[in-house]
Amino acid sequence: MSEELETLFKQMAQSIIDGDSDISVELAQKSIEMNIPPLDAITKGFVVGVNYIGDQFGLGEAFLPELVMAGEAMKAAVATLEPELLKLGEARETMGKVVLATVEGDIHEIGKTLVGTMLSASGFEVTDLGVDQPADKIIGKAIEIGASIVGMSALLTTTMVRQREVIEEMDKEGLRPKIKVMVGGAPITREWATKIKADGYSEDAVGAVKLAKDLVGKGDA
Amino acid sequence: MSHKTIKTISDPKLKLEVLTKEEVQKIHEATLHIIQTTGIRFPSKRALEIWEAHGADVNYEKKIIRAKPQLIEDALKTCPPKYVLAARDPQQDLPLDGNHVCLGTDGCGVEVIDIETKEKRTSVLQDVRDIARVADATNEVAFHWVPVSAQDTPTEARGLHEIKAVWENSTKHVQTESIYNVHEAKAAVEMAEILAGGKDNLRERPVISMMQCTAPPLGHDGGSLDAALIAAEAGIPTGFMTMSACLTTGPATLAGTLTVGNAEVIAATALLQLAYPGAPVFYAAAQTSSDPRTGAYTGGGPEDFLFGAATNVLSDFYNIPLSMGSFATGAKEPNWQAGLEGSLSTFMASVVMSDMLLGCGFLHGSRIWSYAEMMMDCEIFSIIHKMMQGIVVDEETLALDAIAAVGPGGHYLAQKHTRNHMRELFMPQFLDRRPYTQWEEKGDDARDWALNKARKILKEHQPDPLDEKISKEFERIIKLVEKK
Repeated sequence: MSEELETLFKQMAQSIIDGDSDISVELAQKSIEMNIPPLDAITKGFVVGVNYIGDQFGLGEAFLPELVMAGEAMKAAVATLEPELLKLGEARETMGKVVLATVEGDIHEIGKTLVGTMLSASGFEVTDLGVDQPADKIIGKAIEIGASIVGMSALLTTTMVRQREVIEEMDKEGLRPKIKVMVGGAPITREWATKIKADGYSEDAVGAVKLAKDLVGKGDA
Repeated sequence: MSHKTIKTISDPKLKLEVLTKEEVQKIHEATLHIIQTTGIRFPSKRALEIWEAHGADVNYEKKIIRAKPQLIEDALKTCPPKYVLAARDPQQDLPLDGNHVCLGTDGCGVEVIDIETKEKRTSVLQDVRDIARVADATNEVAFHWVPVSAQDTPTEARGLHEIKAVWENSTKHVQTESIYNVHEAKAAVEMAEILAGGKDNLRERPVISMMQCTAPPLGHDGGSLDAALIAAEAGIPTGFMTMSACLTTGPATLAGTLTVGNAEVIAATALLQLAYPGAPVFYAAAQTSSDPRTGAYTGGGPEDFLFGAATNVLSDFYNIPLSMGSFATGAKEPNWQAGLEGSLSTFMASVVMSDMLLGCGFLHGSRIWSYAEMMMDCEIFSIIHKMMQGIVVDEETLALDAIAAVGPGGHYLAQKHTRNHMRELFMPQFLDRRPYTQWEEKGDDARDWALNKARKILKEHQPDPLDEKISKEFERIIKLVEKK
């Protein structure tokens, strides 16, 4: 590898570690101008930064905002490289596709948004539908994008029953166990997750990533 | 122990200055700036129309309102500074007058450590009844929140089953935090009117109050807004609670999170005053910091304690009562962390005279109800109650006669002065002051004693029953909501 290339990859990783979207996009553009294969830019450059922050986070050294900002910088860089990937007919390998939503009647989403960010940072392709989502919207999107996981959030005991309705509907349509279901939210307990036959639950975003990896059979990744 | 006596903190001798006048003014101005420029989301047609009718800039598509400082400040001027939270038993009415700190049960949890089996399980309606009954018997609990969710009742009328259960098992004031839609709010007003003896009597003696959560940052929930407007119309004390959290739903800085939460509460309070000038309102808050590593809800820590002291300074500035989050530890069982967080949060909120404290009884960030924790929280409140009385210095307390009588050496045990004042000293129920060997032999501690006390109350205490006719009326109203 030329010294120039090595420096560029290092700068790419650093832009992610610094959580600087402006610089990560700039470097992605530079790599296109230099005719560097986009997959190389991602795997040899940006992903190195994501992995570093992920490791630091695992060690308790990095804080959540650093992880979020690294995720944003990564997303911005990949979006810049995406058209080039498409031209070449290449696709970035992901851990799997996830649809996230807060169930119908509920507008609370901070926890779900965190889960989305952490999943993205861990290599999942996340479609976050937002809040107050009825069953048909959630299921429709999961079918449309070929999701491996549906994640549902609820903060109220009066809305968490909707999680069960979505699961029952998915069963009726024969979508499980191909599509796995994970649930979360402040009132959600292991007992509830078991009762409604979800494939898993987590109390926090870190646990949700581990769960998602287990559900797609990449628990050791 | 007469169950008619309620222990509230009043005439405090301790003081704490957590924010200066200038700092409060800065927070206020920053709050008005946010409401005017960034705006607040009000996802309710009714709320948006009220804002528009009063000249606010309303974006119906984004459901965001922006209001000039004058509009907010004028609206807040009609808030009543004092009023009473009425109880089924008028002797247990609570004055919200700035000179009383009242403790409530916390809410709304989803699991209970069973009082008999000590196993953790999903909460049901019977738990709401039992907890209300135990709370009714304590001196420390002044009013109820719905402590746990009655998860065995239909979701569309759950909030009504819960308040009915509390009213039937206690004569103290009920504040619900679990009614957040139009149907239930209307039915709750109807139930309260029956209990109070008519619309006018309810205004005079509101036997219920309602708390709604904001949807931070800078937003509200549509159902909550509509329910709050219905309550305010009926003269039911209504408050909005911000649970803004540093790092996630609030800025990383304490001042920033305080201000974001203030904007949420103040804007919603102004809305109620625009709609129903003079409606009794309160400020409610339980700000916290998210855990920096994981983003998790913490339910304790130095930031919480500072918020606990700072918020009453804000609500005093607006001259409205405050309902402040205290206790509600993040600990998983009654332990060192629970004692630490319960004590400091409650001390800081009490020393500034927060009107209502929410509240006792929970573990794991208000999710798991524990009767032992409830009883021990009550003792912490009692200790703080005692501390707030401070040290009285006068001729009698200086005890010069007794000191002269005892002289150098000797002891005060046989002095009349001692007998006259010894019962002013605090008698703990759950602090372990036994000899070491006794502790070693028995191997029990505060948690066992606290649980036993709750068990005894639940077995023996019979609250004054609610008129059966009223219960029947409640049932009828709830049935109608369930049929909708």
